[in-house]
Amino acid sequence: MALEPAVTDLEQLKSHAEVACLLAWNAAAVEGAKFDRNELSIYVERTALRGACTTLKNDAALHYDALADITCVDWLPNDPRFEVIYQLFSTVTKKYLRLKVRLSGDNPAVDSLTPIWPGANFFEREVFDLFGVRFNEHPNLTRIMMPDNWEGHPLRKDYPVEGYR
Amino acid sequence: MAEMTRTPVLDVATDQTMVINMGPQHPSTHGVLRLLLEIDGETIVRIMPDIGYLHTGIEKTCEAKFYQQVVPMTDRIDYLCPLTNNLAYCLAVEKLLGLEIPPRGQWLRVMLNELTRINSHLVWLGTHAMDIGAMTVFLYCFRERENILRLFEAVSGQRMMTSYFRIGGVAVEPPLDFFDRVKKFNDAFPEHVDEYEGLLTKNPIFVNRLKDVAYISKEDALALCATGPTLRASGIDVDLRRDAPYSGYENFKFNVPTSTVGDVYARYLVRVQELRESQKIVAQALEGIPEGSVKADAPKVVLPDREKMKTQMEALIYHFKIVTEGFTVPEGEVYQAIESPRGEMGYYVVSDGTAKPYRVHMRSPSFANLQTLPTMCEGRLIADVVAAIGSIDIVLGDCDR
Repeated sequence: MALEPAVTDLEQLKSHAEVACLLAWNAAAVEGAKFDRNELSIYVERTALRGACTTLKNDAALHYDALADITCVDWLPNDPRFEVIYQLFSTVTKKYLRLKVRLSGDNPAVDSLTPIWPGANFFEREVFDLFGVRFNEHPNLTRIMMPDNWEGHPLRKDYPVEGYR
Repeated sequence: MAEMTRTPVLDVATDQTMVINMGPQHPSTHGVLRLLLEIDGETIVRIMPDIGYLHTGIEKTCEAKFYQQVVPMTDRIDYLCPLTNNLAYCLAVEKLLGLEIPPRGQWLRVMLNELTRINSHLVWLGTHAMDIGAMTVFLYCFRERENILRLFEAVSGQRMMTSYFRIGGVAVEPPLDFFDRVKKFNDAFPEHVDEYEGLLTKNPIFVNRLKDVAYISKEDALALCATGPTLRASGIDVDLRRDAPYSGYENFKFNVPTSTVGDVYARYLVRVQELRESQKIVAQALEGIPEGSVKADAPKVVLPDREKMKTQMEALIYHFKIVTEGFTVPEGEVYQAIESPRGEMGYYVVSDGTAKPYRVHMRSPSFANLQTLPTMCEGRLIADVVAAIGSIDIVLGDCDR
């Protein structure tokens, strides 16, 4: 089974209902998209994230009603440094969709998804704890894994594997 | 180093209520879960889970290892279903590599996965029943679990930290009498489930402790990211084995038990039915297991057999190269979710084209399910918390990673 090259051309990806739906909602919100290894990722503009999720959730055909996961990747030394990754799942069509938000390295922050899915709470606290990405309007943005007075964010790439000694 | 503090944040506004601490060392929290309970008499006003006691930074450690060295780390996340974690990770990397596993390997993986599900559900059933006060069931469950652990030992050499699934297949062909032993266990198993059900399902003490307790609605379960049996017992019919088949699950016939009731008893019934369904899948896997290799034909990724390695120069070179410098994985990212006994176990793996993963993220079902606990328990009695924790079946190693 040979790997097919990733498709990143937005025009070509319009055949995917998810891309078409977001473009129809707000074309400026879609920064790009990628279809690779049978998985679709859409880059969403930082301020449009909550709107994009609501749109995808309320769309009758797509019906992305479940949030499967939130995580983050640190692309140091690139800029924008952080990518926050949201995995959406539809309990009706049983499809997955990945949304990504790019954040710059200094003072990274994005809107919290807790108003849409209260279950985003723990996932966002974990990303805050381990990456130092802030989530605006989160009800309880405190560390979840590490002790409260821990210094640094362990999953950042400039944090040594053995920790600071 | 400054003294480490844990989060003690539950401010009580009035003298009417008080805060008590449950865990982290408590027999019915199933691990090191700490709960802060604000109570008014016997009634719970607020409940706040405090986790992180078992956080070992596995995701960070993975970034410093070769792809194949991550497999043993995945065992240690959820120690009740190591093979499920092995499978999720291996499938994710295989997807990155574009590697296809021969049918015999896939069948073996399915068979062992369902045995793992039985194993995990037996621990849940035993401890859940013991929390409620039924000691006998615990002993019965661990009797059968012992047999499953012996099967794991036969196939992988380890009872719990199996690491039997490898990227590109499974470690070795199982021993000669393995399938007979699985068959012997599997044929006897439905009777054992009858035995447990005979002790519990219509037992008035057990039923009264579970019925209408820790109710969660369909909408709440979905909003709070509940998954697995917790979600299915609230009326949402999602099972990734059927809905997003992996490792050849599309070749097996099984039912997905669901319930619309959403209380602890419904979750109990769903899991007990799952025991029976898993038994059926193991039977089908035993019957139809194809002949052939258990590993993919990819010499640059899969370690050669011992004999080849000792007799053929080329195999020796591949072996040396895989062990010393790993294998590179094409750039990209995948999210591979599978149905673990607790729900959706997802691995998000990012490759930057080198021999070590750039990022490995585990989306663990216990972490997601734990968030439903406050909704389930607030307004109910303290004694119900124990039943609720048992019913969401959390493993704290899975939760904290």
